[in-house]
Amino acid sequence: MSGTSNRLAVFPTRMTLSVMKQKLKGAQTGHSLLKRKSEALTKRFRDIVKKIDDAKRLMGKVMQVASFSLAEVTYITGDIGYQVQESVKNAQFRVRAKQENVSGVMLPAFESYQEGTNANELTGLGRGGQQVQRCKETYIKAVETLVELASLQTAFVILDEVIKLTNRRVNAIEHIIIPRYENTIKFILSELDEQDREEFFRLKKVQGKKKEAAARDTLERESRQAAEGKKVREGGATESVNPSLPQPSDLLGGDDEDVIF
Amino acid sequence: MAAIGDEDSITGLLLAGIGHIDSHQRKNFLVVDAKTPLAAVEDAFNEFTKRKDIAIILINQHIAEEIRPLIDEHDQAFPTILEIPSKDHPYDPEKDSVLKRVRRLFGE
Repeated sequence: MSGTSNRLAVFPTRMTLSVMKQKLKGAQTGHSLLKRKSEALTKRFRDIVKKIDDAKRLMGKVMQVASFSLAEVTYITGDIGYQVQESVKNAQFRVRAKQENVSGVMLPAFESYQEGTNANELTGLGRGGQQVQRCKETYIKAVETLVELASLQTAFVILDEVIKLTNRRVNAIEHIIIPRYENTIKFILSELDEQDREEFFRLKKVQGKKKEAAARDTLERESRQAAEGKKVREGGATESVNPSLPQPSDLLGGDDEDVIF
Repeated sequence: MAAIGDEDSITGLLLAGIGHIDSHQRKNFLVVDAKTPLAAVEDAFNEFTKRKDIAIILINQHIAEEIRPLIDEHDQAFPTILEIPSKDHPYDPEKDSVLKRVRRLFGE
């Protein structure tokens, strides 16, 4: 049943046929383009997944080092947690988002930058200032790694969605739209063939009828002629007019046959 | 950037300079210890995900475990949620929401 139901409701004419053919061609071009896009995105996606995996493992190590340096600070300076939390005013370490274009998909990438003054300048003034500085640097590096990882992760989420969308479109075109156009074209072609056959049959029929009519005409004429001939022979006066009479009617019959063929 | 974590992690991150208090006296970080109720963590997380000026949320993995449903629910690209290891809890890649998705995608 799919052959009849899965087609567009169009009137079968030659114009619709050419329109449908164009649409089918367009759908095929779109399909191949989308397929290529999906492949490019998938390639990119796999790269990102690999990078994420590596970066996650790297992050584990970096954070370990950072925690260790903080432990050093705590050992030398005592607990600075409270002091650090209280001195927070404005973020010094900030991120901004950039956009990167991968085959028509905007992927955000985070970029970190420093702004403003150091809020913890006085931390560890008494002792352990160097350790505090070192710890700060370690943590800045760690956070930079984290930012990188975050942009990878964002790209991952967005790419995931876009790939799904593209694949859905590819499949929709491949399995629904193209068969539908093909079915429509088949339907129009068969309808047109049917019309052609009908037309041919009609012509034949008309031709047959005309032939019959012509045959009847000649028969009638001949019989009439024969009757008139009898009359003429009986009268014997209008011999010169009679042969010219049937000739124009014969010509008419010839004309008709020409028109039919 | 925002952070939810234990005291040591937060101290380190603040040292790096990510701490910020805006004009409404809202902090962009939350210190979680054994006494912090789960509701407070959830509230902070929800607030951070709604704020426009936050692009990345850093959260300790052991805290992320506690509000895992919330994190799994969050499927937008912004803000990005990043699970970080803490001092007392070693990093376990198997528990990460994103890595779980990676695994699922590759059918492992």
